[in-house]
Amino acid sequence: MSSSTAAVASVRDVSKTYGARKALDGVSVEVGAGEMVALIGPSGSGKSTLLRSITGLHPIDPGGTITVFGDVVQQNGRVTGAVRRARSRLGMIFQQFNLVGRLSLFSNVMLGALGRLPSWRGLFGVWPGADKAKAMAALHRVGVSDYAAQRANTLSGGQQQRGAIARAIVQGAKAILADEPVASLDPVSARKVMELLVELNKRDGMGVIVTLHQVDYAIRYCNRVIALQKGKVVYDGPSTGLDTKRLIEIYGPEYEDAFWEAKA
Amino acid sequence: MTEAPLPTSASPVPAAPQKSAVSWAMDVLVWGGVIAVLLYSVNAVDLGNISRLFSGNDSMKMFVHDLLRPDFSDWRMFVAKMWETIQIALWGTFLAVLFGIPLGLAAARNMAPQWVVTPVRWIMNLLRSVPDLVIGLLFVTAVGLGPLAGVLAITLNTAGVLAKLFSEAVESIDKGPVEGVRATGASKLHEIVWGVIPQVAPLWTSFALYRFESNSRSATVLGLIGAGGIGQVLFDSMNAFNFKAVSAIVIIVVIAVTLIDTLSQIMRKRLL
Repeated sequence: MSSSTAAVASVRDVSKTYGARKALDGVSVEVGAGEMVALIGPSGSGKSTLLRSITGLHPIDPGGTITVFGDVVQQNGRVTGAVRRARSRLGMIFQQFNLVGRLSLFSNVMLGALGRLPSWRGLFGVWPGADKAKAMAALHRVGVSDYAAQRANTLSGGQQQRGAIARAIVQGAKAILADEPVASLDPVSARKVMELLVELNKRDGMGVIVTLHQVDYAIRYCNRVIALQKGKVVYDGPSTGLDTKRLIEIYGPEYEDAFWEAKA
Repeated sequence: MTEAPLPTSASPVPAAPQKSAVSWAMDVLVWGGVIAVLLYSVNAVDLGNISRLFSGNDSMKMFVHDLLRPDFSDWRMFVAKMWETIQIALWGTFLAVLFGIPLGLAAARNMAPQWVVTPVRWIMNLLRSVPDLVIGLLFVTAVGLGPLAGVLAITLNTAGVLAKLFSEAVESIDKGPVEGVRATGASKLHEIVWGVIPQVAPLWTSFALYRFESNSRSATVLGLIGAGGIGQVLFDSMNAFNFKAVSAIVIIVVIAVTLIDTLSQIMRKRLL
């Protein structure tokens, strides 16, 4: 299967156990190229665990399989050797941005090129001119090129998160996995970040899987919603199908707490 | 405005906490034990001869007399030897940093698997537990009298100390940025260079500078066993009863070490 047409991620019968607790319990989902999917569910339902499993940041229980753009990244309870190639195709956005605080925003964005440059260039930070231009273009596109020379830890959360998106662009990622990308941001920055993700999806055809605390954001920005509860998929369908009854099933009677700005 | 009575005000005020009999007994045992060992050791350390310090014999008089009249006529040689001592400390610390970085990474639980961490920590403990004076004696035998023995002694001892400090710094880093680098498809080496080193760099540099400070002091002492530098001249002048030269050397050492301390402190303050 060629990587351009293959599914972003195909997750089959995946479980993840921490001690006695099952964070994921027999999850099977497939996200196609160019889809924009929201992963929702209460805290501890396994949203982040699923994203981190897809990008191979931790091994899953034996029995499940995860394929990313046709490469098997997890099988028999092990992260396979193909994971680095898979990671370089997936841009990962984290709740806490995970930029290297003491490096400049520009250097952080350049790190996106590590996966495809010769190892020694990455090691000594000898970035080719074309890649430098690409990094500045990405920073410009997300609107933070003015801060390129500043240390990442001197920037606001919204600026850092946009830097993280620029890193994913420089990476040449074919899809973006965003783990609570707006949970630490103010509503204005949050909307900007969500709009950027939508733009990358529409204009660049990148697949996007985004975990969200806020149901209104999931409904507003994503066509498809996958809901998890106690590690199991309890809803997988169009975001328009999320009515009050469904939401009570997912979040319980306090489901209105899962809205940020207003109930849709 | 009157204060409303607290709901518990009716019950009696509890007594202040008292030391229990057991904790009294423990105190007596510990302090009594320390005093007993001190008294028992009076003879072993010849404390009875303390009066000799003040009895004013002739050699002591000459010693004090000469110390107050430092003789700087050989100052060029003293300063050159002091510089040699600093160079010994500089190279010793530099080599120790080179060895300390891989050792420190290999000894950090969040970087290396347990089967690497445990033996590396063993080696580090061994390096640290042998005083550099003892290692110096070994190297004087191995490579002969001179500065190289001093450099190697400082390297080994400091590598053990720095590796431990480095590994502790690595263990306290934030793993988020490292995961951020990993998620771009970077190799393990890239993760260390871009995710770990930037986080620990200021602390590592500060540790290395601090060790350079203390190594310039130990390099002076190492001279006494023939490992080069100002210490050797100090020892020779001492043996020749040339106390005026000894006094001059001590003054030069104090000035040099103070300068290095101050400079390094300023640099470390700027880093953190």
